[in-house]
Amino acid sequence: MNIILRIGLILFVLGLAIFSVLPFIGSYQLEQEMVENEVKDIHLDAMVEVLRPMYGQYYESNFAFISDFNENFDNYNEKLKANEDWDKVIWDDYAYPLTKAASTGPVSQNPYFYLAITVCLGVLGGLMYIFPLHRNEPEGIKNDGIYFSSMKARGLLGIITGTWLIVFYIILYWFPAYLTNLILMVDPLSIALSGNPASQWFLYGFIYTLAIVVMGIRMFRKYKGNAYQTIRTASVMFFQLAFAFLLPEILVLLNMPWHDFKNIWPLDYSFFYDYRIDGMLSSGALGMFMLVWGIILIVLGVPIFTYFYGKRWYCSWVCGCGGLAETLGDPYRQLSDKSLKSWQIERYMIHGVLVFAVLMTAVTIANYFSGFAILGNATDQLHSVYGFLIGSAFAGVIGTGFYPLMGNRVWCRFGCPLAAYLGLVQRFKSRFRITTNGGQCISCGNCSTYCEMGIDVRWYAQRGQNIVRSSCVGCGVCSAVCPRGVLKLENADEEGRINEMPIIIGNKSITVKS
Amino acid sequence: MIGPSTNSTDRHVVIIGNGISGVTCARNIRKKDFQTRITIISGETAHFFSRTALMYIYMGHMKYEHTKPYEDWFWEKNRIELKQAWVDRVDFEEKNLIFSDKSQMQYDVLVLATGSKPNKYGWKGQELNGVQGLYSMQDLELMEKNTHEIQKAVVVGGGLIGIEMAEMLMSRDIPVTFLVREKNFWDNILPVEESKLINRHILEHHIDLRLETELEEIIDDGNGKVKAVKTKSGEVISCEFVGLTVGVSPNIDFLNKGNESNSEKPTLELSRGILIDAYFKTNIPDVYAIGDCAEFKNAPAPDRKSIEQVWYTGRMHGETLAHNLTSRKSVSYKPGIWFNSAKFLDIEYQTYGFVPANIGDNEDSFYWEASNGKACLRLFFSKSDQKLLGINAFGWRLRHEYFDKAISKGYSLEKVISEIDKANFNPEFYKPFHEEVLKKYNMEFGKTLKLQKQSFFKKLIGSRA
Ligand SMILES: Cc1cc2nc3c(=O)[nH]c(=O)nc-3n(C[C@H](O)[C@H](O)[C@H](O)COP(=O)(O)OP(=O)(O)OC[C@H]3O[C@@H](n4cnc5c(N)ncnc54)[C@H](O)[C@@H]3O)c2cc1C
Ligand code: SF4
Ligand code: SF4
Repeated sequence: MNIILRIGLILFVLGLAIFSVLPFIGSYQLEQEMVENEVKDIHLDAMVEVLRPMYGQYYESNFAFISDFNENFDNYNEKLKANEDWDKVIWDDYAYPLTKAASTGPVSQNPYFYLAITVCLGVLGGLMYIFPLHRNEPEGIKNDGIYFSSMKARGLLGIITGTWLIVFYIILYWFPAYLTNLILMVDPLSIALSGNPASQWFLYGFIYTLAIVVMGIRMFRKYKGNAYQTIRTASVMFFQLAFAFLLPEILVLLNMPWHDFKNIWPLDYSFFYDYRIDGMLSSGALGMFMLVWGIILIVLGVPIFTYFYGKRWYCSWVCGCGGLAETLGDPYRQLSDKSLKSWQIERYMIHGVLVFAVLMTAVTIANYFSGFAILGNATDQLHSVYGFLIGSAFAGVIGTGFYPLMGNRVWCRFGCPLAAYLGLVQRFKSRFRITTNGGQCISCGNCSTYCEMGIDVRWYAQRGQNIVRSSCVGCGVCSAVCPRGVLKLENADEEGRINEMPIIIGNKSITVKS
Repeated sequence: MIGPSTNSTDRHVVIIGNGISGVTCARNIRKKDFQTRITIISGETAHFFSRTALMYIYMGHMKYEHTKPYEDWFWEKNRIELKQAWVDRVDFEEKNLIFSDKSQMQYDVLVLATGSKPNKYGWKGQELNGVQGLYSMQDLELMEKNTHEIQKAVVVGGGLIGIEMAEMLMSRDIPVTFLVREKNFWDNILPVEESKLINRHILEHHIDLRLETELEEIIDDGNGKVKAVKTKSGEVISCEFVGLTVGVSPNIDFLNKGNESNSEKPTLELSRGILIDAYFKTNIPDVYAIGDCAEFKNAPAPDRKSIEQVWYTGRMHGETLAHNLTSRKSVSYKPGIWFNSAKFLDIEYQTYGFVPANIGDNEDSFYWEASNGKACLRLFFSKSDQKLLGINAFGWRLRHEYFDKAISKGYSLEKVISEIDKANFNPEFYKPFHEEVLKKYNMEFGKTLKLQKQSFFKKLIGSRA
């Protein structure tokens, strides 16, 4: 191993290790004015009283602080619940903002330093590892040793990585209070961009974007010479950086609602939620544009672009989830299950989620127009179930945490309702297909193995049939790894796109329909 | 010819060999005939796998299970019985197979699809430990053992499997010396420019390519293990592994075992392979042979060999025989336009039609090479009428469908050159070669062919010409 590469790896692991222990350092001290600053007016009186025992107390760790907070807070709520005094029960999460406010640790005093020794160190190490990769090697497929790798073939390192990601996501979604130090560390950056202090979502977006950019550079190295891969990767890097990360923060700076212009309902499942609609409607011309643009994407953008290019225009060129999968997730693409069984499960699940999303949105809109009269309760229930099950657990925890276990497209394949919608268009009305090159297939299996969507590409290729599958995200890797030049992603006339009974070229004795 | 009818009820078709030819035959019998009992026998592996993918298992691109073209439930669902065992000998009179564990199996129809085995030319030391060929899964397992923590390997024989073996070893950072008898790599098949292009690419991969170098003997380290090889010129190259990849020949040795001494019993007619007619029939009724192990008494076409040892021909043999075993009307084997492909390290090769290594008086060829020396094209045509006869392409994927038509319909060289972008099969956004090819053609032939410009809209929607 090259020396720079080795140092890079060490730096990366060091950065990651500090990042992982950082949440545990620091001390906490709560004062009454912090509560007054952070708590909503309706809860203010109650909260000031509830937390009184904590004021001025010095806590050695966030565990001690949060557990004391929870004890006081739960005591209060439990009593109310026992008395069925539902109106007074506080459902809001104050643990996170108050922990952040009460933090007196070194991170809040020195955020740049901590940012440097965690994220920046990790990025630096990553880049040092990535830049020398495949140097002085001819252009070509770089899959040597993947199935001997503990990281990439579900070995111990893979399992550890998966576990780390799963734990990180669980804390991020449901216990952000424990991430206080990490969030404090990116406060200055957030303030510079949007004028607001960071939330856990800013931290997440920041790391997410960095992961796509750094691992995108790895893609450039790995697929050097493959123009399709290079351009496509540059595209997801651009859309993540500009549209998902920078632009929304700038909008907030301009007092506009946070908005990601490339996100499309139903992936953006809260698009029709009342607070989003109200936010857009109350933000003047630009807000109106957000609403109209969002609807145009749904009713025109998806069908038209998918008709001409297949769902890849979104899934592997634009989308943020796809962007992460195609960059950070690339080393794990071979882990997707190719069995017929998993295809059956996939179809039930993904269309199930689509139906759920559509129903939920229908109820939401009906509720909106009925003036919140009858469906208010149902809407809230649906939102919280969907948000928990699909938005957080599936898209986040499973979607990314399972990269090293089930491949990089678990969410896109089994869960994403937008992928289901795009897929229906792609399957039934599109010019996109993967053409199979006559009789050249040798059934080697590289294409199926490296298909992140778990499509058994070989099944089609070896019988001379074009691949027209709703789930294909057009990543182009099957075509890249095919050693016999059998597969070509292309947009062309609909005629002859689907050949159900293909005849393999080459045998003039008989015409065998496969 | 009249074969057995489609509705033959309780016959038992037994196929020896679960490679591409045997499996294709079984699948296609089942598609047309629901009744027949079908058994596939192989000693090598329990299930069909892709032999062509052996190298990728060694290189860590895939595991064995990824090389299986069908999931394991497929066989039961299609009622194709699988038996993993070695057939020791065949009693053609009693229609009986005798396995190495002495168990037996009756057949009504026997299909021999036993593939090939690596050649060995009686070199001194060829039986030493650490010396092997590469054909079967067992060979791969042996290679795994033989190359464990070694420092140096030699591969003998400049063919397709030789270069694969060199690539395999390089993927494990084992330095390879590659002995090639010919002047240039594979130049008994490829014209010299193509051979040289691959020579350069081999060197670019830091493989120690020795052209015009023949193996003299393999040297023992005193413990029955290889220590070095000696070339005909007397050079001694020390190594701990020798890959012998000097071609394959039909795997037929067991077939007449036990029948030789008994003149009463029918014996199978063998030459280099199992002799068959155009219907895959051997000299014994109800016994057929397909794939690598079969040898046609008369080559299927003037430009075809009498033994066809590639994947695609195995498949076509299997399809055609299955048709004959399930239809009243048998057809003879008539392969269409020849095609083949391979990959030399990172450079893909495709060929359609026939391109000889040395061009005769009545034909000519047009050759173009990319400026980086990593892609090239050769169009081979007849001088008299300029009709296309074949094409070689390196580093440039081409459409099979187009060339199948172009060659069988006899497109002119000029037609093909002017519309070759129609046949381009490279991934999107790849640098198009068409303009360069035209330039070279115009220069050589004094023509002024121009590139047809695609409209912006067509470019935008990626419409195929
Ligand atoms: C490393 C390698 C790479 C290759 N790459 C390519 C390529 O890229 N393109 C291409 O066109 N061709 C390629 N080939 C050639 C191609 O694989 C063969 O032509 C093809 O597999 C032959 O198929 P088959 O069905 O005739 O026989 P096989 O695949 O050899 O199957 C025969 C089976 O019969 C079994 N068998 C034999 N005798 C007995 C017995 N007595 N009892 C029980 N079982 C028995 C064998 O164990 C074997 O499993 C390659 C070959 C090798 C070795
Ligand atoms: S079929 Fe090919 S292009 Fe489609 S998702 Fe799978 S690997 Fe990517
Ligand atoms: S990678 Fe290519 S040759 Fe191999 S199975 Fe897939 S299509 Fe066939």
